[in-house]
Amino acid sequence: MTSAMTVADALMIGLGAVAVGAAMAVVTTRQIVRAGLWLVVALGAVAGLYLALAAELLAWVQVLIYVGAVVVLLLFAVMLTRAPIGISDDLDRPRAVGLLVGGGSGLGLAALLVDAYRWSTVDPAPAGAEALGTAVFRTWVLPFEVLSVLLLAALVGAIVVSRPDIGARTAGEEGS
Amino acid sequence: MHPVIPYVIAALLFGLGVYGVLVRRNAVLLLMAVELMLNAVNLVLVTADATVRVSLPHTGNVFALFVIVLAAAEVGVGLAIVLQLYRVRQSVQVDTVPLSDADPTDAEPADPDPTDAVLERTP
Repeated sequence: MTSAMTVADALMIGLGAVAVGAAMAVVTTRQIVRAGLWLVVALGAVAGLYLALAAELLAWVQVLIYVGAVVVLLLFAVMLTRAPIGISDDLDRPRAVGLLVGGGSGLGLAALLVDAYRWSTVDPAPAGAEALGTAVFRTWVLPFEVLSVLLLAALVGAIVVSRPDIGARTAGEEGS
Repeated sequence: MHPVIPYVIAALLFGLGVYGVLVRRNAVLLLMAVELMLNAVNLVLVTADATVRVSLPHTGNVFALFVIVLAAAEVGVGLAIVLQLYRVRQSVQVDTVPLSDADPTDAEPADPDPTDAVLERTP
């Protein structure tokens, strides 16, 4: 068992530093739009980590759905809620509890995982699109179908929640 | 490849997500922090899939794929709720939302009657 660092290790350390740094900017920046843009950097670095872990399909799904769709939705929400463009000082609550719980859980989990894995070496098993498709449509086909029903329910739920006339009619009935 | 590297990255991302959820007041920023936590879990799943030999291959990748779909659904419904909250209260600060509507007078809402705010936007 060699303990030398490979190219993949160096790549993962670099991408991990980018991901953690951008995530830190997401939770500490004082401009809301910049938090969304830093989120793009963090999610892109995680996609790079997936590539380094030989999970290509998941990396491209991450880029398509997270960076493409979820971040755009979040930026739309930032605009639709008329968030202030410049620096706003009232974005954070007192930080002591957050630092305690967040830092405790993050560093505690990190210490646990370091203790469990030490500096062991493994060859990553590549997960190509074909193998992943076989796994989804053979072993996990029932959860896949249930997930499609869940997506439909989420779609209908989002429409019902965001339609103003439905909420107004219910409020009127409650008032009368 | 040393599996401890992505595991530690995932743990740190999760800790940052927890910090963001607990500290941020804006509901949209809260959702961003939740996305960070979901990504940390996905990273653990993918790393475990690439490094642990099991009889059923690629389970971690399939689960990570499912979590990505769940995150997309979650952010859609979450943003619908956030926009409705903004429409009713003209604010998305989560610590000004009253936990019960028993006595709405002392909750200092930006718009005292939510019904009017909804009705005047209806064409």
